[in-house]
Formats: sequence, structure tokens, C-alpha cells
Amino acid sequence: MSLDNKTAAVKMRNITKSFGPVLANDKVWLDIYRGEILALLGENGSGKTTLMNMLSGIYFPDEGTISIDGRDVVIRSPKDAFDLGIGMIHQHFKLVDVLTAAENIVLGLPGKLDLKAASEKIRGICSAYGFEVDPDQKIYDMSVSQKQTVEIVKVLYRGADILILDEPTAVLTPQETDKLFAVLRNMRDDGKAIVIITHKMHEVEALSDRVAILRHGQFIGDMPTKQTNAQEMTNMMVGHAVTLNIDRPEPVNPKPRIEVKGLTVRSIDGILKLEDVSFTANSGEILGIAGISGCGQKELLESIAGLQPVEAGSISYIEDDGTREELIGKDPLSIAEMGVSLSFVPEDRLGMGLVANMDLADNMMLRSFRKGHSLFTDRRTPKELAQAVVQNLEVSTPGISTPVRRLSGGNVQKVLVGREISSAPTVLLTAYAVRGLDINSSYTIYDLINKQKAEGVAIIYVGEDLDVLLELADRILVLCGGKVSGIIPGRGANKRDVGLMMTKLGGKADE
Amino acid sequence: MFDFVSFIPRAIMQGIPLLCGSTGETLTEKSGNLNLGIPGIMYVGAISGVMGAFFYEQAVGPANISPFLAIAIPLLCCMLGSFLMGLLYCFLTVSLRANQNVTGLALTTFGVGFGNFFGGSLIKLSGSDVPAIVLSATSSYFRRTLPFASTTGWFGKIFLSYGFLAYLAVILSLVAAYILKRTRVGLHLRAVGESPNTADAAGINVGRYKYVATCTGSMIAGLGGLYYIMDYTSGIWSSDAFGDRGWLAIALVIFTVWRPNVGVLASFLFGGLYILHMYIPSGMNLAIKELYKMIPYVVTIVVLVISSLRNKRENQPPASLGLAFFREER
Amino acid sequence: MNNKAHNPLFHVSRRAALPWYRAWGIRAAALLIALLACALITNLITGLNPLAVYATIWQGSFGSARRAWVLFQNIAMLLCVSLAITPAFRMRCWNLGGDGQMLIGCLATTACMILLGGKLPNWVVILCMLVSSILAGAIWAAIPAIFKAKWNTNETLFTLMMNYVATQLVAYYIIIWEVPKGAGKIGIINQSTQAGWLPQIGSYKYLLNIIVVALVCVAMYVYLNYSKHGYEIAVVGESERTARYVGIKVERVIVRTMLLSGAVCGLAGMLLVGGTEHTLTTTITSGRGFTAVMVSWLAKFNPIWMVLTSFLLVFLERGAGQIATSFGLSSSYADILTGLILFFIIGSEFFINYQINFRHAAGKED
Repeated sequence: MSLDNKTAAVKMRNITKSFGPVLANDKVWLDIYRGEILALLGENGSGKTTLMNMLSGIYFPDEGTISIDGRDVVIRSPKDAFDLGIGMIHQHFKLVDVLTAAENIVLGLPGKLDLKAASEKIRGICSAYGFEVDPDQKIYDMSVSQKQTVEIVKVLYRGADILILDEPTAVLTPQETDKLFAVLRNMRDDGKAIVIITHKMHEVEALSDRVAILRHGQFIGDMPTKQTNAQEMTNMMVGHAVTLNIDRPEPVNPKPRIEVKGLTVRSIDGILKLEDVSFTANSGEILGIAGISGCGQKELLESIAGLQPVEAGSISYIEDDGTREELIGKDPLSIAEMGVSLSFVPEDRLGMGLVANMDLADNMMLRSFRKGHSLFTDRRTPKELAQAVVQNLEVSTPGISTPVRRLSGGNVQKVLVGREISSAPTVLLTAYAVRGLDINSSYTIYDLINKQKAEGVAIIYVGEDLDVLLELADRILVLCGGKVSGIIPGRGANKRDVGLMMTKLGGKADE
Repeated sequence: MFDFVSFIPRAIMQGIPLLCGSTGETLTEKSGNLNLGIPGIMYVGAISGVMGAFFYEQAVGPANISPFLAIAIPLLCCMLGSFLMGLLYCFLTVSLRANQNVTGLALTTFGVGFGNFFGGSLIKLSGSDVPAIVLSATSSYFRRTLPFASTTGWFGKIFLSYGFLAYLAVILSLVAAYILKRTRVGLHLRAVGESPNTADAAGINVGRYKYVATCTGSMIAGLGGLYYIMDYTSGIWSSDAFGDRGWLAIALVIFTVWRPNVGVLASFLFGGLYILHMYIPSGMNLAIKELYKMIPYVVTIVVLVISSLRNKRENQPPASLGLAFFREER
Repeated sequence: MNNKAHNPLFHVSRRAALPWYRAWGIRAAALLIALLACALITNLITGLNPLAVYATIWQGSFGSARRAWVLFQNIAMLLCVSLAITPAFRMRCWNLGGDGQMLIGCLATTACMILLGGKLPNWVVILCMLVSSILAGAIWAAIPAIFKAKWNTNETLFTLMMNYVATQLVAYYIIIWEVPKGAGKIGIINQSTQAGWLPQIGSYKYLLNIIVVALVCVAMYVYLNYSKHGYEIAVVGESERTARYVGIKVERVIVRTMLLSGAVCGLAGMLLVGGTEHTLTTTITSGRGFTAVMVSWLAKFNPIWMVLTSFLLVFLERGAGQIATSFGLSSSYADILTGLILFFIIGSEFFINYQINFRHAAGKED
């Protein structure tokens, strides 16, 4: 297969885009070909999404030119992009929750509204590529992978032949990912140009024909996937050689710390989120939680942290001398007052763990502002803590009086984790601790977690990247639809098996 | 015996300004704009119509008024006035992305002041003894009822005895309901109010939808002000007469769960509550009447509470209501 | 699509933070332009030359010692209500009920003056006025707050409706207490005995109110910026989920903050009736609850800046009122000017948060 025979569908030249003082893209060149899957690689903040957003009309470049099929074009809005046959599936789905699938799919198209005809056409597309979509289903009733399918159908419905997918597998199970990849290969063979933004190496190797790499907003290079390997690509992304192994020291003297028995939780709408969940988390050990997103991971952590009303079951905190404290029915304040030092790094960093508009020092205060009997808050200690976190975790920030929303994702996470471990916890709960983080930041976080483990903290680590989970966790608890599908040792666990357990209780395939 | 035949038409006439206001505000809110300037806009709509009619009457003299112009001039003036108010709101909140609450309140301050100021000036110009402008000639055209209104007994009184603006208001809200539910424009508008980023990514011109919906909504609301002066009060403008109906109209939007067709009946109901104090026998006790006047507000509060108790997804306000949209927000 | 499409003429992007002096410079510029526009409009309506317009506005505010005192009294009242609603606003709880909460404070004060005046020692009456007005305002704010905390009932409309309920309640009591019977108004209460009138400091009728409000202002500044409660309010306002996550009891903070809001509004009502007006009407608050929203917002919810913004609004209102009187215009003229100036200042925020980048008409050739 020779690339030279193909015509470049998209040529981006000298694209520059800045957000305030931040240069997101700096004179980037990129070619996209038809009949080919291009993997756009780069660390977070390297400008991949920004670049593609300019192609799909969300952002407008400060400088540079874009040409489609050899013709210079100006893409001022998403509509212009559609007219040129460019469709983008964003990482955060662009769907209106209260509308149906069909309504979402025809959104923005001209002409008379005829949902019946639209449904017909949608069914046609679905059967051509092997999707399953009910055109009349409301988006808020759908699972994440269903929503993604709607997004893809939406783009196809508009006749797009240049498809951009921004981290499409972040929320999918291995099985769903395989299905998606099959569809993408189908489309490629159909002559469409496909760009997939990702930073998962094995996906790049499995799927793409060519890779293009960005670093710090600059174009580093592109090459056929077959001529490179994960190590080389990573080095290009990061700019220096990195090791891709995660440490997993043996747990030292593990003792039961948190015992969960028969935990059952319902959401406000009465849907069963957790059913009869039982397990023990030990000190000095990382207990990984695997599962399709929305299978009760959030509820599990929030129940332990005292944020979730529980229907039945018990959660005991066991001290070193064997005394037990019941955590259910207590809110975070009373748990802390009991002397249980429990830290929680939630999934939603800026919406829950931190206050986006407050500066670093004020965010440090979140955990400590109640200390002392004075009516007034102590401002000095949090400032010192903020300084220490910035220094120890190498947070890149203009200063401790910068609002955290101005920091990049990795730095935000460092601030949050830094605050949570500063209180010398005995239990550390983390949800998707490295989601959206680049490789360097991710490894910093793994190191921090391992350090806590060495100090005897009981760690419950909810993760989505199975490869990481298998390398990091001492034991893995697999959730499936709110039930425990199994608890297996992390060493020697097999990705296929865990994947099966995620989709099916017990994980045994019917053969 | 409660006199329904006289109560219902008066309730409906009270309800029409509320209906216009709430239909207008529903369209506006569906685009994600919470326009708290509606009370001011209704004042401006009313006074613009009054000014048009006043100068027309002055120019030709009450005897030579052409029926067509007597209706067309105030109507156009009213729509122009309220359109400009809507445009100002949009410019500040959509183009300049200002805080919607504050902009709305400022618009209300401005609009009510504008209405009372020019109303007061016209009163001076007309040199009348009472502090009011009387436009009975123009009003008589606005008040012209359907044929057979007076010959068909209670039926005529209840269904046929209104000026054309009342029927227009009902038709407008039914049309608005149809557009929102059944047409592509309505679908796009709903998407803009729910999630402007999504709508934008789907190629919908979010700014334009917000502008058009808000300005149209303002014009409809302005008609409510015009109706109140030209029909309900028989063409008499006096300061602050329009009162707090604008705020009640905004409250009605929540009551109707953002459905203009529900608004038709709801506004008549509220119109009834508004005048109920005149129909409750209270003898010579004037004080108790003041307490009866609380009814519409208390009912609004009860409605607010009840609607906050039921949590159906379809009954929630547009998700991005009150938020400015900026495509490149990160 | 054209072969040679044009680039958009300009393009808006978000600014990085502006230094505070440039931000306030932009606001000051907007204010100046707004004042120019006002002068121009006044000139069109009255024929007064623009300089004379400003002179008249100045006259209206500082023309005589009495006018200056009235100005400061009005500032104090407006500032007091603005301070009252600010904690709620910092919590993103849009309390538009300042008017009603103040009015109900006025009503409670009046009730004490009429029912207790002359029957109890004067200081006891005043104490009763203080306690009852604060309680009344607090209760009036607590009702919407409880529903907001429990069921997330829309507080904007709830508080708004509470205003009208308060107005009707006052209307009811005015008829009950009217002097003489059938007059439909109360008149000056306890004119002969001055029972329940707040004491005067020296010969300055308004000084006590001004001092009290100044104290409230400083206290509110400290409370919001340095106390644990103030910090909780800020966290709840920014993100309820974060607040729950760190164990702040959000419902309790909402109700507590609204109670405070209402209490200070009630206090403002007491100062108004007991200190200066000595009577009760349904319009005694003159819509200050609404104006306060702008005062608070323009000052970015900072109590110290609010002294300036409330000065600005009262100054304009008195000035425009002066123009209206001396030219025989309707007093609503003040509202028009206030509205106009607000539009300019509201619009100016855009230039603080965003910048406009003009680009060359055609794209570069490659």
C-alpha cells in the first residue's frame, strides 16, 4: 500500500492558534488522506484537540491556511465544516439530553422537519455499518456507548467523508472498542478519511495506518504506523526517552482497613446502582476497581466517603487495633470528626474536588478551614501548604494565587492529589486519577499513589485503562451493573478475562 | 350567586396581557435567555403604542380617524418599541455576554421609567385635568368585538366579546407552541436553549436564534402592554397602571412548564385570580380586600413550590437558561 | 462556496486576566461615555447645555447642606439593602426580595411604634423595634430559603412574589391603622411623643443611620472575606458539589445566609421608619431591593466597592430628579438615566473579559 497514490483530502499549513498567553498550536502542518486512518498523537495540552477543532469550525485559527481537496477554504463555523464533508465526534458528546436520537441527528440541517423520513434514513445507515440505534430513544436514557453511536451516525447522516474522533475509546469497554474499530475499518475501506485522537499506544498500533505527533503545540512528524513502535512514538510525544513500566511493590504487612458488606445503593430516581457489594480493602495495598463507566464506581466511592445515601449494608473502618467504626449514615464532616483520615480524589476535579474559580491557597483551605475555634479562617497554613504542593509535585503555575481553572488538567490533578495526601490519610479513594492526563503527569500520579501504598495507606483505585489497572493494582475488583463480578489478584490477571467480567457477571463466556 | 358571565370575560381580559408576556418570555427562555426585562418591555410596548395613537389623533383630530391607521400606527409603534428593547437586551447579553439577571433588571428600570416619563410628558402635552391620557377614539377600534357578541347572550359574552388583540394573543401562543414542538426551527431553538455548544457544533447559528427568539418574544410581550391600554382600560394611560403584570407573566412561564399552549388557560386562570378580590363579598371592610389582592402572588408561590417538587426531565427549564454562550470557552 | 472566501472581519477571544487598574479604567471610561450620553439626551429633551446638565445634577446632590444630608441618607439606605443581599448573591442565590424583606421590617417597626409607643419606656420600644424588624426580615427571607434548600425551588421568583405579599400585607395594616379613619394613610406616627423615634445625634437627623450602615458595611466585609461562614458561602456559591464533598452542610448554609440577608434588610427597614420617615407606606422602600442588585453586582459583590456604586446610583437619581423638577419633567426621568448608565457599565464588562482582534481583510497567500 503506497501512500503516494492517494490524494490529500485535507492540507493544514502553518496553523497557529493561541488562547491568551498560551500558544496551543504553533505553525502546524498536517495532511489527511482518504482511505486511511490517521492517529493524531500527543500529550495532553499538545494541541491535538485544538487543531481538530479548527478543522471542524469550533475554533478559528489565528494564522495559517486549510485546503480541502486542493482548494483553499475558510472554515468559520461548524456549518462550513459540514458543507465540506468534515464531521467531528467530540470527546464530550455534543448531544441534547432531552431530545431523541433522531432529533439530535437531524439537528442543524435545513428543510422541513420530517422525523419519520429521518428515522428511515438512520435505520439505513445503521444496517449498512452495523450500528444499533433506536431513533426515538431519548439521549438521557442511553448508555455512553449508545450516545457515541448516535454521534457517529449523526456525522454519517450528514454525508461526512472526513471523520474526526476525539478520544473515542475513553469510555468504552474492550468489547465495545473492538466493535468501534471494526466499524472504523469498514468506513476506511469505504474511502473515508478518518482521524482518531488518542494517547493509548496499543490502539494506535491496532487501528491506524499512519501516525502524526504533536508536542507542545508543534508538529513533530508523521510516519506509517508499521514503521514505528510504541516506545519510539512515546519518546517523540514526550520529547525524551521514558520508561513505560509502572512499579508494583509487594504490599507490606497488609491488614484489613475498610470492610464493605452487602452494600446496596439506589439513585434518586430509584434505579439500583449497587447491589449487595462486599469486599475488604487492606492497608498498604492498592485495590483496583474495574468496570464499564457508570456501573456503580462513583456510588461505591461516594458511599465510603459519606456522600451517598445508602439503602442497605455496612461499611466498617477498622483501626490497627481491631476497633471498628461504622461509616454509613455519617457525612464527610462527622467521618473526619471521628478521627478517620479519609481522602478522596473524585472523578470531577473542578466540579467537586476543587473550586475552579478559587486560587491554590483557597483550595487548600477546603479541607482545613474549620480547624480552630476562631470565627475567622486561618489563611497562613493553607498558603504554606500550597507552596509545598507546588514545589514537591512540580505544579507548573504562575503562583499560588492563580485560580485553579487556569491550570492544565495534569496540574489541577496534582493540586488535588497533593491536598488529599497532605492530611496523612489512612484511606485514599481515587476515581479516574489519570483521566485526561499526559504520560508524564500520569506517571507522577502513579508514583504518588505507590508512595502512599508504601506508607501503609489503603488505596481504592477506580480506573478505566485496563492496561494500567493490571500493572498497578494488587487486587482487582470487577463491577458489572452494580454487582461484584469477581475479585482477582492483579498479578497475572488477563485483560480479556477482566473485560469479560466487566460485561458479564462472573465473566464466563457461553461456549 | 357568583356571577360567572361577568367574571369570565373580565378574567380573560386580565389574562391576555399575562398571556402575551408569558408567550414572549417562553420563546425567549427557550433560546436560553432569561429576560427579566419583560416588565419594562411591556411598559415600552404600551407607551410606544400610546404615543403613536396620541400623535395620530392629534394630527388628524378624533373625527377624521381612519380605522386602518388607528390600528396600524399604534400596533407598529408598539412592535418597534418592544423590538428595540429586545434588541438592546440581546446586544448586551448575546453579543457582549453580559449577566442576564442584571441586564434584565436594568431593562425593567429603564422601561418602566421610559413608560412613565413619556406618559407623564404626554399628559402634560394634552393639558388634561386628570393625570391620564385618554385615547377613546383609537381604543374604540381596538375594542371592536366579533359580530353577534351582544346578540348571543352568555355565549357571546364569554367567547365573542373581545377585541382582535385578544384573539391574536391566543393564536400567537398556539402558533408558538406548534413551532416549538413540530417544526425544525422549534427543534433548533430548543437545542440552542438546552445546549448551545451542541447546537453550534451542529451548525446552528446560536447567536441568530437567540436574537430572533428574544426580539420576537419581546414584540409579543409588548403587544400585551398595548392590549392592556387600548382594550382593557379603554385607552386610558396613567402612570404605573400596568403594575406588576410583567413579573406575573414571567412566573407563568414556569407554571406552564415552558408550553405556550398551556399558557392560554393558565393566564386566564391568573387573570381570574387577579380580579378575584372584586368578586369576593367583603362588605365595608376595605382592609380585607388588600389581603385578597395577595391571592395571585400566593398562588404563584404555591405553583413554584409544586413545580419544584415534580422532577420530570421534560419539565425542567432549558438547561443553559441564564448562561452566556461563547464558542471558544475552554 | 466561493473559491476565495474572506476571513471574518474580526474575531473575539477571551482575555487573560486584566490588572485591576485597567479593569477599573475600562469601567470608568464606560461611566464617562454614559454620562456624555445622558447629557446629550437631556440636551435633546430640555435644551439645557451639557455642562449645565452636570451642574444641575451636582446641584441636586450637593446644592445645599440639606440636599447633601439627604443624599447620604439615601446612600446609607441603599447601601444597607445592598449589603444585605450580597451574602446571598455570593452564594449565587438570587434574592430579589430585598424590597419585601425591608418592607416587612418597616411593618414590624411601625407595629411596635404604634402598639407599644407610650406604653413602655422609649428604649424598650426601640429595642422591640430592633428585634422585631430583624426577625421579620429574617423570616421573610427564610421562607424562600427553606424551599430553595429542600427542593431547589426557584428563589428568584419566590422572593419576587414575597415582595408583593409584603406590599399587600402593609396595605392591609395601613387601612387598619389609618389616621384619621378613611384617610388611607398612617401619617407621622407618634408625632407629639416621638415614641419609638430613634435618637438624633446632635442636630443631625440622618447621622445615626449613616453610622450604623457604615458599621454594617465594615462588618459585612470582614464576615464575607475572613470568617469561616464567609468561606463556606463562597464555596457553596461556586459549587454545591464541592461544598458537600468537603462536608459543608449546603442546606444549612443557604438558610443561614438568607436569614442574615433578611435580617439586615429588616434592620434597614427599621432605620428607615424609626430613624427618618416615621411613617409607613406601601412604596416606602422605593424599589431599593432592585437597585441594590445592581449596586451589589456592579461592585462585584465587594462591600467596600459598594459604597462607591451606591453613591453613583443615588447621586444620579437625585441629580436626574433635580433636572426633572427644574424642567417640570416626570420624576421617572431618573429611571431612564439610571437605566442608560447601567447599560453602558454592563456592556463595558465585555471589554474587560474579552478582546476583539481585527484581522486583515483577505487571507494570506501561500
